[in-house]
Amino acid sequence: MQRIGVFVCWCGSNIAGTVDVQAVSEALKTEPGVVFFTNYQYMCSQAGQDIIIDAVKEHNLTGIVVCSCSPRMHEATFRKTAAAAGLNPYMVEIANIREQCSWVHKDMASGTEKAIILGKAAIAKVNLNAPLTPGESPVTKRALVIGGGIAGIQTALDIADAGFPVDIVETKPTIGGKMAQLDKTFPTLDCAACILTPKMVDVAQNDKIRIFSYSEVQEIKGFVGNFDVTIKKKARFVKEEICTGCGACVEKCPMKKIPNEFNLGMDNRRAIYIPFAQAVPKVATIDPSACNMLKNGKCGVCSKVCTAGAIDYTQKDEFINEKYGAIVVATGFNPISMDKFDEYAYNQSKDVITSLEFERLTNAAGPTQGKLLRPSDLEHPHTIVFVQCVGSRCAACAEKGKEYCSKICCMYTAKHAMLVRDKYPDTEVYVFYIDVRTPGKNFDEFYRRAVEEYGVKYIKGMVGKVTPEGNKLKVRASDLIAGKQLNIDADLVVLAVAIEPDKSARPLATMLTASMDTNDFFTEAHPKLRPVESPTAGVFLSGACQGPKDIPETVSQASAAASKVIGLLVKDKLKGNPCIASANELMCNGCSTCANVCPYGAITYIDKEFPMFDRTMQTRRVAQVNPAVCQGCGACTVACMSGAMDLRGFASSQIIAEVDAICR
Amino acid sequence: MQKVNRDVLLEKAAAMLDAGEVQAVLGWGAGEFAYDVTPRVFETSDELRADFVWNDFCGANLSKYLVSKTKKLEGKLLVFLKPCDTYSFNQLLTEHRFEREKVYAVAVPCEGMADVQKLKALAGDGISSIESTDSGFSVTTIYDDAPVEVKGADVLLEKCANCKSRKHVAYDELLGDEGEVLDSNRFDEVERIEAMTSEERFAFWQGELSRCIRCNACRDVCPACTCEKCVFDNPNSGAENKAPTTSFEEQMFHVIRAFHVAGRCTDCGECSRVCPQNIPLHLLNRKFIKDINTFYGEYQAGAEEGSRAPLVDYTLEDLEAEDVFKKEAE
Amino acid sequence: MQVNEYKPLIVAFCCNWCSYAGADLAGNNRLNYPADVKIIRVPCSCRVNPMFILRAFQRGADGVIICGCHPGDCHYTSGNYYTRRRMALLFSMLDFLGIERERTRLEWVSAAEGAKFAATMNDFAETVAALGENKRLEDLRCKK
Repeated sequence: MQRIGVFVCWCGSNIAGTVDVQAVSEALKTEPGVVFFTNYQYMCSQAGQDIIIDAVKEHNLTGIVVCSCSPRMHEATFRKTAAAAGLNPYMVEIANIREQCSWVHKDMASGTEKAIILGKAAIAKVNLNAPLTPGESPVTKRALVIGGGIAGIQTALDIADAGFPVDIVETKPTIGGKMAQLDKTFPTLDCAACILTPKMVDVAQNDKIRIFSYSEVQEIKGFVGNFDVTIKKKARFVKEEICTGCGACVEKCPMKKIPNEFNLGMDNRRAIYIPFAQAVPKVATIDPSACNMLKNGKCGVCSKVCTAGAIDYTQKDEFINEKYGAIVVATGFNPISMDKFDEYAYNQSKDVITSLEFERLTNAAGPTQGKLLRPSDLEHPHTIVFVQCVGSRCAACAEKGKEYCSKICCMYTAKHAMLVRDKYPDTEVYVFYIDVRTPGKNFDEFYRRAVEEYGVKYIKGMVGKVTPEGNKLKVRASDLIAGKQLNIDADLVVLAVAIEPDKSARPLATMLTASMDTNDFFTEAHPKLRPVESPTAGVFLSGACQGPKDIPETVSQASAAASKVIGLLVKDKLKGNPCIASANELMCNGCSTCANVCPYGAITYIDKEFPMFDRTMQTRRVAQVNPAVCQGCGACTVACMSGAMDLRGFASSQIIAEVDAICR
Repeated sequence: MQKVNRDVLLEKAAAMLDAGEVQAVLGWGAGEFAYDVTPRVFETSDELRADFVWNDFCGANLSKYLVSKTKKLEGKLLVFLKPCDTYSFNQLLTEHRFEREKVYAVAVPCEGMADVQKLKALAGDGISSIESTDSGFSVTTIYDDAPVEVKGADVLLEKCANCKSRKHVAYDELLGDEGEVLDSNRFDEVERIEAMTSEERFAFWQGELSRCIRCNACRDVCPACTCEKCVFDNPNSGAENKAPTTSFEEQMFHVIRAFHVAGRCTDCGECSRVCPQNIPLHLLNRKFIKDINTFYGEYQAGAEEGSRAPLVDYTLEDLEAEDVFKKEAE
Repeated sequence: MQVNEYKPLIVAFCCNWCSYAGADLAGNNRLNYPADVKIIRVPCSCRVNPMFILRAFQRGADGVIICGCHPGDCHYTSGNYYTRRRMALLFSMLDFLGIERERTRLEWVSAAEGAKFAATMNDFAETVAALGENKRLEDLRCKK
């Protein structure tokens, strides 16, 4: 039997105004288990808390009922009070007689009557309360960052800076991601490589950071603080630790006509290649689909020219197992496929290009060494049409485009247009837009400069059709403001193509049991208050995998994710919420019904031996709740037919006791 | 009259037992009376030859017994399954209630089973012998030497009169021919009750449920009620009530039982078959099945092993609770 | 205590994150609803076992209402979707047994919807009061 103290709060006149607090405390004194009762003006004040502490000590209380304001307000306060008095904090129950009684009922009689009933319910519950202690689980002090673009790089650097080891897994042979492909960055026009490559070097030189390039995450098990990850390091047929990145092999490789992914297929690379000069790690990789030696054993030139002896044609995929405390997803984005957009003649003409291709075309390290030459005949284009919102904000064309705004296109198009007019003032530049969206620091000023200083012709309207004719591209478009059709003979058309999450994100989300929206962007735990955390504990989001973002935003989110990771890794043990589900193994059927409704994948099954009445042992499948993962929603408790699954702090017997007390 | 006769089943089981391919056989055993057939585990072929029964009184669904019986054996257990029993078999597998590799399932076609209550109503009490005839049964009672002829169709079990499927959905071996999933009228009675006024429905169920003696036969026979410990016997559930201190358990037993098997009940009809008070308990289960079909799309529990039951699933567009009655009105 | 006038007894199960907070907000804004409504706090609407609802009815409640986060807003991402299915089926079954369908309700109330909470409770209390005392579930097994 509990020894319960009942403490009724007046809350000044907030409660005492419509509830007879004296009558409430008197009425509750005869309830089962109650050995002490009192009322006081402000129970939450220090003096009020001292009354509780003294009463606990004097009357050996084992449970506390506070009739006061909402538990959402002061449950934490009174739990601390209980702890200060030497009681388990979870032996406290609150009867909400302010927000849900005195404030909503005007009549003293009915208010008092209801307050008494709510008090009885709380007492009935406390009688069944048991001391609870939060579960603890150790934290592996190592983080995994999936994706080595600017988001992953920034997150890894920040985590490493705090002193924790970090591994980056990148599917490409080098880190750097999309930013490495860009020419200049808005709104300051710094060169992307100039600000990115030093960070890449920092990553390479940081002894806390390991880079698994040309690698994939194969399997993820475990939970927050204790993830168990298998990483597949694909065979690159070059010994990474020996290769010096001198490039002699690349120069001598006879297979010269392989489309170069880094330049988006606008020029060629060799079968053995280093994606770009500042690649990290700077090591060669052999493309097994193009290498003659790997395909039919006839060649071996690279091996002969490599003085370091780094070439290894027998290399196999390698699997690495590592434990992590936290996982950061930074899988980034890609432009969507243009295959379904025939109106822009992207597949028909080499001179219709995407904005990312345009970046390579104007980049000094690109296929034209930075000279703006059109791909078909390498002539200088005199009329360029930029088309915005290609596949973005496209509710009507959901089967080929995206409903959302890709966010970055307005600004990079302004940048492209401005750069063209700056370098080649003889070029006419048109930009077709639905709206121009420039909500960032110095963004609108940047766009205004493109229009006002550089004379870029912005036209509100969409391009209806692009038709290649001779060496020209006939662009039919509408000018909505002038209310007329335009026909422009362009030399180059640049499409601001919608962006979408990388294809690797969906299977990764499944492995992580992290949730995604319908567009395959990762969902945040709370859109406003927890924007860099996934609802799955221990999984954090960095960059465009969560939604379209520009570089400044990506970097700030990357650092935010890192700070969340550091906050997790700095703990030696994770303390959980003790109000979680637990299964009574003696009653568990092992039927998996509870696991089917668990939103967190917190329930697993083991085969366990139980002694039977006839002194034999019997093996049964029983549920186990992982206390570090369970969040205590209780979905499983209702799914469980036998009632083996119950929720601590909100046990079936406790809720039924409340029901009985209310209905008595 | 069953198309496959006893000898076919008997020889199959006896051969496997003798060859040591299975350790025991779960079948139907003879009782004191001809109609009094009960589930039984046979461990030797001699036992089988003496007591194994396969006739029109083998209504019992044997799948449930696999849960406890397979645990007691080292080797395999041969089980005979009628088409409706195979649905329960799958559902139990879905819920990991027994190990598939410990069972050798022999599927037996079924022409429908007889309801002894109906038989007694037509032929009278004190049945001393029942002979199968082409059209049904020839029944002799202790009170009269002249046998009474009863048509088989008149004495079918409710679950057989509204048979939903003659197709076996799981087995290792099939004796005889495979049947089809049928278009049954099994929801007619539910619809008839739904069409009543609220007062009439209440009166109907009060009339039925007031006969309940809480013998737990429905629970004990139900292949969906295989809990290690029933929630009504669980002292921590808040619903435990063995001693008659309140009538709480009495009132809600049937509703909660139906709710617990909702989405899992294969409509095998065992609950109503064994009820000594003849309460049409299957109607509660069918109401849930019908609602699930209407609200969330057709779902037959046990049709596929591993399927996700409707109550452990959801869609973002599910109908709201308040729209339930609108949907029914349509 | 005067009992001349019939007052319904209403049990409201409210999820901690949305509806309980909505009820608190109704209090903060001093929005009145009848004292007949007694709230039980649960972590999520999916914690509400049909057994609790039947227990309330059996012990003399005249109406039971379950309040949870709006679909898509569940603190636990999917709890209220399970609640929606469970309650749809349970309410339909109670109706099938002849228990008045107006005695049970499932409502989505967000933490910002204090006004909706008060309005819902006023409406539900009125509806239940109009039905009068709940005798049926208690009497389901006793033929008079």
